[in-house]
Amino acid sequence: MGEDNSNVVLLDFWPSSYGMRVKIALQEKGVSYECRQEDFEAKSSLLLEMNPIHKMIPVLIHNGKPICESLNIVEYIDEVWNHKPSLLPSDPYKRSQARFWGNYIDKNVYSRGKKVWNGKVEEKEESKKQFIECLKMLEEELGEKPYFGGDEFGYVDVALVPFTSWFYTYETLGNLSIEAFVPKLVGWTKRCMEKQSVAKSLPHPHNIYDFALKYREAHGYE
Amino acid sequence: MASSSDNEEVRVLGKWASPFSNRIDLALKLKGVPYKYSEEDLANKSLDLLKYNPVHKKVPVLVHNGNSIAESLVILEYIDEVWNNNNNHAFLPQDPYHRALARFWCKTLDDKILPAIWNACWSDEKGREKAVEEALEALKILQDELKDKKFFGGETIGLVDIAANFIGYWVSILQEIAGLELLTIEKFPKLYEWSQEYINHPVIKEGLPPRDELFAFFKASAKK
Repeated sequence: MGEDNSNVVLLDFWPSSYGMRVKIALQEKGVSYECRQEDFEAKSSLLLEMNPIHKMIPVLIHNGKPICESLNIVEYIDEVWNHKPSLLPSDPYKRSQARFWGNYIDKNVYSRGKKVWNGKVEEKEESKKQFIECLKMLEEELGEKPYFGGDEFGYVDVALVPFTSWFYTYETLGNLSIEAFVPKLVGWTKRCMEKQSVAKSLPHPHNIYDFALKYREAHGYE
Repeated sequence: MASSSDNEEVRVLGKWASPFSNRIDLALKLKGVPYKYSEEDLANKSLDLLKYNPVHKKVPVLVHNGNSIAESLVILEYIDEVWNNNNNHAFLPQDPYHRALARFWCKTLDDKILPAIWNACWSDEKGREKAVEEALEALKILQDELKDKKFFGGETIGLVDIAANFIGYWVSILQEIAGLELLTIEKFPKLYEWSQEYINHPVIKEGLPPRDELFAFFKASAKK
């Protein structure tokens, strides 16, 4: 209770879905923080000091101590600022399911999505198929619930919703319609965007698109 | 809540040679929880495996109270949360920062350290030098994290120690087969000492698969 908010810093890179997860979690808990943007071509000495092993954002620095890995940070935020709303359920089995899906999202969404907007042209159809398969799996898990967390927005919603700011990019550069394949998931996206914590934390999809184009120009197809 | 769980059947679907599967054996033994173990043949997946882990169809899977949980690190946290009274050995500390650190190290083990060592042990001539360099780097960062502690968990075995079973036990076997010197007392004295404490810990010792069988298993894979 009365946790000190004055020393919360987030090292971020604005197009990163992983950084957005942390922003949403902090917003959900009403924690004020300082956000510092990192430049990937020139990582700050603070980032290298706070995450020497992976040298990646997001890093949450709380009272001078770093916490790394986005879902790890989300759990940390839930534990330290343990007032409502809770991000993880209290039941151990439900918590295990939330962590399982968080892990699934971590292992699949970014990598499959990247192949869609920046993958080799000759592999595009296969990449699209794999990406849609992953979204379909997630839509199945959502089922008829308003959120992955059930009636309340929670950990799995936080884990996935940032990637939706990339949907416009996947669709435009990948030439596909996500809504045609996973309409329920798109419905969930709209529901999440009605929450202030999400709307404030996600950049406009067109800004992500501009970033993706510049990235592709600079790095080529990977 | 914890006591009523003691009466419910606990099942583990696993593979005896897999360190990921073994993590679950170690965790349940440390908590003193009896369980039924089924050996899975991944080339011929059982109906149970397909039922209990439809998403990945992999082991390990824990079945408890009719619910199934997959992904070894997820299962470890579940076990720690369910069997959590004073008599049970806690895997995670209470303090949120140290919990976050432990989870970070578990993830780093799986995402970076284990793959680096595994790659080095199975690398071909061409990629060997670079793979070995990465493996040694990975072991160094792990040793740096251990510092002067007896275990990663401090005085007692913690979540990171359980997750590091591959380092404590599997590495010595795999490096011997590959003819490499990765985790040795000369190169990593502190980490080596930890590995000896680990494999001689009374509960861990009983939970690890027999060395000669594990050696034979991986040696046979190396020949393919």
